[in-house]
Amino acid sequence: MANSENAKTSSAGSLKNLVRNQCFIPVAALLLLAVFNLIADPSFFRITLGYNSAGNPVLSGFIIDIINNGSELAILAIGMTLVTAASGGQDISVGAAIAIAGSVILRVLCGGNARPETLQAPIIVAFLVACVVAMLFGAFNGVLVAYFKIQPMIATLILYTAGRSIAAWINNNELPVISDPRFAYFGGFIPGIPIPTPCFIAVACMVVIAIVLKVTNLRLYTQAVGINQSSSKLNGLNPELIKVLAFVILGLCVAVAGLIKVSRVSSINYSVIAKDIEMDAILAVALGGNALSGGKFNMAASIIGAFVIQCLTTTLYKFGVSSTALPAYKAVVVILLVVVSAPTVREYFDKITKKMKLSKEVA
Amino acid sequence: MKKKMAVLLTGAMVMATLAGCGGGEAAPAAETAAPADEAPAAEEAPAEEEAPAEEEASAEEAEAPAASGELITVGIINNDPSESGYRTANDADLKAAFTEENGYSASFAYGNPAVGNANEDQVKAAQQFIQDGVDYLLLSAADTAGWDTVLQDAQDAGVEVILFDRTIDADEGLYAASIVSDMDQEGQTAVDWLAGQGLETYNIIHIQGQMGSAAQQGRTKALDEKVAAEANWNMVEQQTASWNAENAQQIVQSVISSGKEFNVIYAENDDMAKGAVAALDAANISHGVGKDVIVMGFDCNKWALEELLAGNWNYDGQCNPFQSSYIDEVIKTLESGGTPAEKVIIMEEKGFDAETITQEDVDKYGI
Repeated sequence: MANSENAKTSSAGSLKNLVRNQCFIPVAALLLLAVFNLIADPSFFRITLGYNSAGNPVLSGFIIDIINNGSELAILAIGMTLVTAASGGQDISVGAAIAIAGSVILRVLCGGNARPETLQAPIIVAFLVACVVAMLFGAFNGVLVAYFKIQPMIATLILYTAGRSIAAWINNNELPVISDPRFAYFGGFIPGIPIPTPCFIAVACMVVIAIVLKVTNLRLYTQAVGINQSSSKLNGLNPELIKVLAFVILGLCVAVAGLIKVSRVSSINYSVIAKDIEMDAILAVALGGNALSGGKFNMAASIIGAFVIQCLTTTLYKFGVSSTALPAYKAVVVILLVVVSAPTVREYFDKITKKMKLSKEVA
Repeated sequence: MKKKMAVLLTGAMVMATLAGCGGGEAAPAAETAAPADEAPAAEEAPAEEEAPAEEEASAEEAEAPAASGELITVGIINNDPSESGYRTANDADLKAAFTEENGYSASFAYGNPAVGNANEDQVKAAQQFIQDGVDYLLLSAADTAGWDTVLQDAQDAGVEVILFDRTIDADEGLYAASIVSDMDQEGQTAVDWLAGQGLETYNIIHIQGQMGSAAQQGRTKALDEKVAAEANWNMVEQQTASWNAENAQQIVQSVISSGKEFNVIYAENDDMAKGAVAALDAANISHGVGKDVIVMGFDCNKWALEELLAGNWNYDGQCNPFQSSYIDEVIKTLESGGTPAEKVIIMEEKGFDAETITQEDVDKYGI
């Protein structure tokens, strides 16, 4: 058996490894969408360099739209992957938490006045305050999950229901509008740089998490806790702390996404900002082929999953799918992808291919 | 003997008190809502059963105002004020109008879809208000269905019901008046204004609100009809952004990226118009008065009207949240023994043109 396995690896090994790789499904989905768009209308890939109304160079095109608009989702997917892996559950409060983080940013910048002439505080201060607040809310969720052993979906349901009201309360129910153009840089373009800023922010987040996973034991510990909490405890880990840490990291991701979201429109609408984004974030994790019951995870696959979702949305917009039918189309594609990338289905296919190989050898 | 008498008397008194409690509970059941006040209220209630409990009422009027002479008590059931700028303005307007200075004692209740079933919560609040014996019940229902029983109860209890902002599916006889916005009319006003711009061709990006909402249906209807009727009106893109600025931005970005020509953005609320404009700015497409693209929004947020004043947008349709003056009028009519002239009162709603809007308009109508 071992011999035949080795023989196979040498012959068709590279292809098999490729198919086996967790990134295969989301990448394949992305390529499939790309090919579909290429056939339907090659202009999908056109990128043009133009100038915006302020006279600054900007790149535009569908590809740029996807990378730009998918940024928040990719950032959230990072945190959601960790939470999923460590706790075996999902945080459904990220949309509401984004509303809170965004509201905090605007509250600090406006200083209580809904229509400030000038910013009342540096943007970095507002952002840091939002980070602290979002991480506290993340810790709140984490403590409920880790120490009180509440199902993550139920624990985060609290913030999911209360979050948007809290966000509105932070700004006294007013809808602040910021007129300072510098604030719009984070969700738009920095003068002179034609690539949308959210792309840079997203890349920065990916680099940071990649480094963290590389140099620290975060990946090992998270997976250990996710796979078997009691055995990780016997090995000297503190599973509760790891879980809380995952939620706090997600909180940080939420603050970053919140900054981009409110910067895009320099304003906020508590009831619709980042609406349903939690579902997309969970979907990104699922599309990445990660087991939603926790354990091993692949960060890159989740991030690619996020861009698959955005690519799908943009494609549907491009083809002008009627607004009422949009969710249905999305649902069909999503069901297909999730089923195909589900760990059990993948195992099943693995078994079948093995059997076929085996029967061939016997013959 | 004396001792026995005393025991008997005490027993009788206790019995009387208990009986009083039992009888009293049916009438002012409000106490259940205010457990802190329960004990003293229950003890005193039987003693003063006939006399109007004036002092009592003032003590707990925030919860359950009994008929206390001059003040007209109203129970106001609204939707969550943080739902939108419109709702915030609506709530603030009602709170400012129904004050003690104006002769009202008002209690508020809200249905919040984020916390539970908004309509069910509203029904419960209505039942509570009816039990409390308010004079008027003002209602902006989260859902159109499920109100018949409650309104029947209100009628039986002699509570006048006035609907505001949203209508419900119930017999007209069950409410005194309904003060609403005519969403179809809002759409028609906007489309008529657009037709008046005299463009050679109209290539429209239509950004819709949450599908199925009254505002979306009304504002879509007029435009759909016009596009179907006129040869030079084309729908370049019709898509829902669910009231969300960002989705609107993505939709317009997508149209720009695909290189389609357009010269009108018809967004069904201000937020979405703002998102659309952000996409236009990024692509250096000029918009506003005398520019390439006409931008239209709805709801008359203050910041949106300022955009009009600056000439960046062209049109903003009002959705009037200031119903309190209309409600006040209806109540005054009913109090003086009359009946309102019309059952359904449609509020006056304006459409603002960037070329004629003034700072006074912004201050007066901005929400």
